[in-house]
Amino acid sequence: MENFTPYSSLIGGIILGIAATLLLMAGRIAGISGILSNLIPPQSNDALWRILFIAGLIVGAAAYPLFGGDMSFLNINPYQLSDNAHYALLVVAGLLVGAGTYVGAGCTSGHGICGLGRLSLRSLTAVMIFMAVAVVTVFIMRTVVGG
Amino acid sequence: MFNIISLISGLLFGFGLALSGMVSPGKVIGFLDLTGNWDPSLAFVMGGGVLVTVITFRFILKQPSPFFGKEFKLPTKTDLDKYLISGAVLFGLGWGLGGLCPGPALSSLAYGNPKIFVFVGAMIAGIVVAKVLTGAFKKTA
Repeated sequence: MENFTPYSSLIGGIILGIAATLLLMAGRIAGISGILSNLIPPQSNDALWRILFIAGLIVGAAAYPLFGGDMSFLNINPYQLSDNAHYALLVVAGLLVGAGTYVGAGCTSGHGICGLGRLSLRSLTAVMIFMAVAVVTVFIMRTVVGG
Repeated sequence: MFNIISLISGLLFGFGLALSGMVSPGKVIGFLDLTGNWDPSLAFVMGGGVLVTVITFRFILKQPSPFFGKEFKLPTKTDLDKYLISGAVLFGLGWGLGGLCPGPALSSLAYGNPKIFVFVGAMIAGIVVAKVLTGAFKKTA
């Protein structure tokens, strides 16, 4: 557990909750997969707030190291694959994440932070399923490829 | 006002994802790796987030209309249908493989790594494929 970061993760999570609260005060659910998928294709009266939210995500994430935040934890290749294998894995993973969150109507933010906040049974079910499947997937990957 | 609130919410969300560690697939895989060198940090992320929303959402949703907008646009489905279940399975599989979910993936575009651009491109392609297969484009067009 040498990488355990309870304080920054808790504070980060509380900030996510505050961000979701703010967007609900504007009438919307802060579900990133839904915000993105409803931009494909963009609808004239419904696109600007989505684009601004996503622009905010990128600028907000960029601001963290600019304001002195420690990014040494960043490790995008945890299975320690070769570059080619990692690109191939990310293509497969991206297709699954895009299709799965569209079909399942939510991801870690929409079902997780917002849906659980609304005490939605659909969201609780989705969170338990995607968590369980992800844990099994990681177990299999660790067994097969190590890292 | 609505659009400015959305931008501020996005800024906070991106900052929170970076601070929390969610933008690192290594942290995500470490959290999901229950039988390995388990890192429980990310339970604090969802815990912290839900701790806030479970309190604030109750009050906000009791209002007849949102403070910064005309109406609430909320999910209306309540049944546990095959789409919810199968979508969650596909998402869990992709999340376990790449260690990236949609929010952290979009946020991480900030750090300029070409691998993240490839992932986000594939994610958008996945949405398009799913919309074609479920006939969503026909419904909205």
